[in-house]
Amino acid sequence: MSRYQLKVQNLRFAFPDGHQAVRDITLQIQPGEAVGVIGANGAGKSTLLSLLMGVLTPAGGEIQVGDAMVSRHTLPLIRQRMGLVFQDPDDQLFMPTVYDDVAFGPRNYGLDEDEVQRRVHEALNWVGIPQLVDRAPSKLSGGEKRAVAIATVLAMEPDIVIMDEPTTGLDPKARRRLIALLNGLHQTKVITSHDLDMVMDTCRRVIVIQDGAVAADGRPEAILTDGSLLDRCGLEAPLALQSCPVCHTHKVEGVLLPEQAP
Amino acid sequence: MSTPGDSLFDLRQLEDLARGDSAIHRLHPLTKLLTTLGYIMVVISYDRYAISPLLPLIFYPLLVVLWADLPFTPLGKRLLLGLPLIVGIGILNPFFDPRGWLTFVSFALRSLLTISAGLLLVMTTSMDRLAYALRRVGVPRIFVLQLLLTYRYIAVLVEELARMTRAYTLRAPGQKGIQRAAWGSFAGQLLLRTYDRAQRVYDAMLLRGFTGEYHMGRGDSWHRNDALYLLGWAVWMVGARSVDLPMLVGQWLMERMG
Repeated sequence: MSRYQLKVQNLRFAFPDGHQAVRDITLQIQPGEAVGVIGANGAGKSTLLSLLMGVLTPAGGEIQVGDAMVSRHTLPLIRQRMGLVFQDPDDQLFMPTVYDDVAFGPRNYGLDEDEVQRRVHEALNWVGIPQLVDRAPSKLSGGEKRAVAIATVLAMEPDIVIMDEPTTGLDPKARRRLIALLNGLHQTKVITSHDLDMVMDTCRRVIVIQDGAVAADGRPEAILTDGSLLDRCGLEAPLALQSCPVCHTHKVEGVLLPEQAP
Repeated sequence: MSTPGDSLFDLRQLEDLARGDSAIHRLHPLTKLLTTLGYIMVVISYDRYAISPLLPLIFYPLLVVLWADLPFTPLGKRLLLGLPLIVGIGILNPFFDPRGWLTFVSFALRSLLTISAGLLLVMTTSMDRLAYALRRVGVPRIFVLQLLLTYRYIAVLVEELARMTRAYTLRAPGQKGIQRAAWGSFAGQLLLRTYDRAQRVYDAMLLRGFTGEYHMGRGDSWHRNDALYLLGWAVWMVGARSVDLPMLVGQWLMERMG
C-alpha cells in the first residue's frame, strides 16, 4: 500500500527563454489517490511532472514526498519512491532485451540478482506480458512497449506512479487493457492526459492546469461536466459525456459515472 | 540506395545475431574478447610481404562463423563495405614498391581478417556483455560507459535521421537525395533533435537510479569450455605464427611427389 503523501507548495518554474511554465502550483495528493492532471497543450503538465521527479529544478517553492524534500541530495530516494512512465516508451527503453530493461532500475539500487529476477517477473506478469521477457524492446508493438515501460517502473516498487499521456498511440483494445491495468494498481497514481475518457475511467480526482497554475481541483463528475471551465481551459467534455450523435440525448446533464451507475 | 532505415535494420540485425544461442554465443564475453584481441595482434604482427603464412589464420573466422551458426551474407556484406577503404589505402603500394602488389595483397588480406574478427565478436556478443568484459579486464568505467552510450546514440541518431529523411523525401518528389541547400539546416536539426532525444533517454536512465555504474546482473561465469576455447586458439595462433604451415605442407607434398 502507498504510504507517502505528495505535497507541492508554491511551485514555480521558468524556462531559460523566460517562459513561465509553472507559475504557482500548490497541491497535496494523499496515499493511494488516483489523480488526473489535465490541461491544454503547453499548460505546464509535463513540466510539472519533470519538476516532481527532479529532472528540472524549480525556481521557487518546494516538493515533498513523504518526509523527504525533493533536492539534489534526496533524488535517489525520491526516485525510488516515485516512478515516471514517459510519454514516448522509445525514450524509456534502451536495453537490448525486455528483461534487462526491467532489471535496469532494481540493479542500480544494488539489489541482489535473485531479488532482481523476482521483481522483473512480477512486474512483467502484472502488466500481462511475461512471454516478452527475452524480446528486444525495439521490435515490440506500441501497446507492448507501453506495457514494458510501465513494468520498468513497477519493478522499482514505487509508492507513487506518475504517467505522462499513457494512452497516446494505443489502439482501442490496448487502451482498454491499459485502463484495466491502471485500475488494478494499488499505488498512488498521477496521470496526465488529453484522453479525458481514460481519466474519467481511472481517476477519482482531477486537477486542471491552465497557464502553469491550478484552475480547478475536484471530483471528475464535477469537473468533467463543467462545460464553461473546460472550454476556458482549452478542453472538451469526455466523449462518453457528449451528446450522442445517433439518439441526440444530452448526456452532460444528470451524468452517471461508472461508480455511481446502478 | 541505402537509407537510414536500412542502417537501422543493419544495426538491429547485428543485435539479433548477437542474441543467438550457439556454443560460441554461450562463451564468456571475456574469452571472446581476449581471443579476438590476440588474433588481431597475431595478424598484424606479420611481415608486410607475408601472404602464404597468413593463410592458416583464415580458419579462425571460418570456424567461428560455422560454430556460431551465423549466416555468411551479413558478414560478407559488411566486409564489402570496408573493401573500398582497404583498396583506397593500399592501391598506391604497387607504384612505390617494386614488390608492391605483394604488400597490397598482404595488407588487404590482413585487413579483411581483422575486420571479420571484430565483426564476429560483435555478432556473437551483445554490446552490454562486451562492456562487462571490458570492465573485467580493467578498462575504466568512464570509457566503457562512453562506448555504451555512444552505441545507443548511434541508434537514436539513425532513427531521427530516418524520420527526417522520410519527411523530406515525401515533400520533395523526384529529387535524388537531399538538396545541397538544405544540408546545413538538415544537419543542424538532426543534431538538435538527437541531442534532445539523447537527453530524454539519459533522464530515463537517471530516473531509474543510474549513477554511472553499469550493472550487469549475475554476469557470465567462466566454464571449462572457455578455457579450452582460449587455449585451443592460442596454441593454433602461436603455432601458425612460429611455423610457416603452408610452406611445410608444400614441402611435404613435394617430397612425397618427388
